Amino acid sequence: MTSLLNQVRGTLLDPAGIGEGEVGRLMARLLGHRLDYADIYFQYSRHESWMLEEGQVKSGSHNIEQGVGVRAVSGEKTGFAYSDDIVLPALLEAATAARAIARQGGDLAVPSAWRSSPVLDLYQPLDPLTSLEDGAKVKLLEQVETEARRQDPRVKQVMASLSGVQETVLVMRSDGVQAADIRPLVRLNVTVIVEQGGRREQGSHGGGGRFSYQDLLAKGAAATYAHEAVRQALVNLDADAAPAGTMKVVLGPGWPGILLHEAIGHGLEGDFNRKGTSAFSGRIGERVASIECTVVDDGSLPGRRGSLNVDDEGTPTQQTVLIEKGILKCYLQDLQNARLMGMAPTGNGRRESYAHIPMPRMTNTFMLAGRHDPGEIIASVDKGLYAVNFGGGQVDITSGKFVFSTSEAYLIENGRVTRPVKGATLIGNGPDVLTRVTRVGSDVQLDSGVGTCGKEGQSVPVGVGQPTLLIEGLTVGGTHGS
Amino acid sequence: MTQELKPAASVATTPEALRALISEVLAEALKQGASAAEASASVSQGLSVTVRLGNVETVEHTRDKGLGITVYFGKQSGSASTSDLGPEAIHGTVRAAASIAKYTAADEFSGLADVASLAKSIPDLDLYHPWNPGADRAIEIAAACEHAARSADARILNSEGASLSSHEGLEVYGNTNGFLGAVAATRHALSCAVVAQDDSGMQRDYWYTVARDARDLEVLESVGRQAAARAVRRLAARKLSTRETPVLYEAPVASSLLSHFVGAVRGTSLYREASFLLGQLGKPVFAPWIRIYEQPHLRKGLGSAPFDNEGVATRDRDLVRDGMLLGYVLDSYSARKLGMETTGNAGGVHNLAIEAGDDDFPALLARMHTGLLVTELIGFGVNTVTGDYSRGAAGFWVENGEIQFPVEEITIAGNLREMFRQIVAVGRDVDLRGNIRTGSILVENMTLAGS
Repeated sequence: MTSLLNQVRGTLLDPAGIGEGEVGRLMARLLGHRLDYADIYFQYSRHESWMLEEGQVKSGSHNIEQGVGVRAVSGEKTGFAYSDDIVLPALLEAATAARAIARQGGDLAVPSAWRSSPVLDLYQPLDPLTSLEDGAKVKLLEQVETEARRQDPRVKQVMASLSGVQETVLVMRSDGVQAADIRPLVRLNVTVIVEQGGRREQGSHGGGGRFSYQDLLAKGAAATYAHEAVRQALVNLDADAAPAGTMKVVLGPGWPGILLHEAIGHGLEGDFNRKGTSAFSGRIGERVASIECTVVDDGSLPGRRGSLNVDDEGTPTQQTVLIEKGILKCYLQDLQNARLMGMAPTGNGRRESYAHIPMPRMTNTFMLAGRHDPGEIIASVDKGLYAVNFGGGQVDITSGKFVFSTSEAYLIENGRVTRPVKGATLIGNGPDVLTRVTRVGSDVQLDSGVGTCGKEGQSVPVGVGQPTLLIEGLTVGGTHGS
Repeated sequence: MTQELKPAASVATTPEALRALISEVLAEALKQGASAAEASASVSQGLSVTVRLGNVETVEHTRDKGLGITVYFGKQSGSASTSDLGPEAIHGTVRAAASIAKYTAADEFSGLADVASLAKSIPDLDLYHPWNPGADRAIEIAAACEHAARSADARILNSEGASLSSHEGLEVYGNTNGFLGAVAATRHALSCAVVAQDDSGMQRDYWYTVARDARDLEVLESVGRQAAARAVRRLAARKLSTRETPVLYEAPVASSLLSHFVGAVRGTSLYREASFLLGQLGKPVFAPWIRIYEQPHLRKGLGSAPFDNEGVATRDRDLVRDGMLLGYVLDSYSARKLGMETTGNAGGVHNLAIEAGDDDFPALLARMHTGLLVTELIGFGVNTVTGDYSRGAAGFWVENGEIQFPVEEITIAGNLREMFRQIVAVGRDVDLRGNIRTGSILVENMTLAGS
């Protein structure tokens, strides 16, 4: 990966006239104080978005963000400063500010040479923004509009957006490790409003990943996403009030895996567990799910939205088994929390940008396939809810209570999917919800590439997935009491 | 431990320098052939520290700058932004915006705000009160706040820490219709989050104070004590059975109801026909005694702004009077789409408030008599198109006007159109910590889902 490293250095360091000597000076400034660890994170990002409404692409934007984050770690303490001027005096000043969390008299040696972290090859270091002519981006959005309107005369509004990012990053660490990555990310989103007899409903779909716009086109995304958004909106035109109360819930495959992200994933992040503030703290080795459930976080899947060749601290991503046959196995770690807990880093140290402190974050979190036929799972339910599409979710780490809200759901009556019901929030308790999973389908799917996770004000792209599964009891927040 | 953060010499940090930058950018846009352009630039810096269990956890120095421009070639437009304010980056950014404008469709409603609507004078709203406590002093304050929380109750056994942050920023907006305005503002905040624990398990809660002027912050011991009291009172929370019940939204979460209202009367939601309040102008949408108003010029207000993101003068107005919807939340684009005038809300509302009634918080509990007091809401189960509402909640069960026990793992659901009409009371316990100001709000009836 020498050529990637050279390409990244060419983008980040050369224009600023920063070479190994300057990085050495910065590191020496940091390590003048008693630190356990320090790193310098260089980033250059280009982002564009194009928006269509009322049949026209009326607006577009292009953004450039660049800067350097300087971090000093001593025990549980982190000193952090950044600069969006990539010039040595500003960076030295940032290093001086960051190192001040520790006393003078550092004993770590400044690395005399840099060794490259092994970096995976999950996506091409391409530039999505230039992967398609601007005129073709506009045409792609217009095609979405055409496809959506062609589906049904009840379609009244179509909003579509196309966005692409290229993020070039280089992290240089006090232990002499350096890692570079060029991360493409594209996304296409469609929302439609349909109307029938004065009633309006909406439907949305989208997707993307770490590839080019060409790849989106090749997948036929414009038509697929438009059709799916219209289908969902039309289903909702017929939706009745959702039920209220605790009942059996069958979750569909793919995006409903947001359940795992909220109920399990956040509570297993190393920072909360190091601090003992998670409902999962101190529970490794305990049963937290039924024997049917195996849940992993995997940042090493090719091309996925949540994947990374290397995390933002230079650790290669991997598949981490969080829950194996119902037993809690592992937390998600960054370098600092892994060190403090005496565990191995798992490649989950992520940051929104150079201006943010890294912390343990999920990548792609999903449940592995089980042995049940999805149709049989539904047929096994007398009375319950079948939820196949969701909006967002949220969790209270300490109490373990989590929510996620349906955007497409149906009643199950006598083993059959019957009427659609309106959006409702489902609420449960993370540490025990999976103990009530009695059937796991064979149809594991990952989401289409739309997830963005927020934690302490930092947003990062993530993925989720799961097979069809049956939860014996989950509270459904509709308006229709039973 | 001493540290200082000085603005780097290369950054334009004075209003004069940023004004000059905007003038340069606008001139560059016209030079590149644009028929009109608007640009904004901002610089900000600050410090935030977190202390956890008495020890420093993070010391974070922030310093940001940015420039955004929108160019118009007739009725076509494009936007671009950059964090690099060097001359080459500025040229490149204008070029990027111009390049996008070549591909966007001509939109008859696009363009700058009408000259007549632009702010003629820019009142000083007293928003700039730099503090610069320095890391050492900031750490002392956060530590004392967390200490107050941890010593308030023996059941506070863990902590997420206390944080102090202090930020100052300068924003300048200008357009080729001759508007050029600058606003400097500061924001200081102290927050504390602690974990209470007993045989029933753990509960976390928090409290915070925020102000333009550090002298207006709530005293630090009080912030710590309230965080502790709020966490402890949640211990041994129970689930409730499914039922219909009145719901009292405690003031800090009641503001979310007004946010949903704003979302439904925003111009984009209206011209896209994606609002449950479509076509309701001049009609009753709230209980008949309700008044909702905007006060953009409150001195030191957290939502105060002398002009909006398009340079349009902001002014006091009623959005709802006697329960009737009198005005939308519009920028100049959505106003033109709807055949109306901009309301000076490009970028959002400014100090939106709902008129408080006479009841204090105990009086509201008494008025509810029996029902749910909600102190926390989670999730995003609000549909602006239909008004359907379903969110996760935690709080307290109330009987005979008295809090009985904490509750959790429940949802509350209804439809906002009905909920707005069913507001029975707004308390005078107004929470002033945000851009939306409200007391606790009592809604007559919702569906609570539980066990």
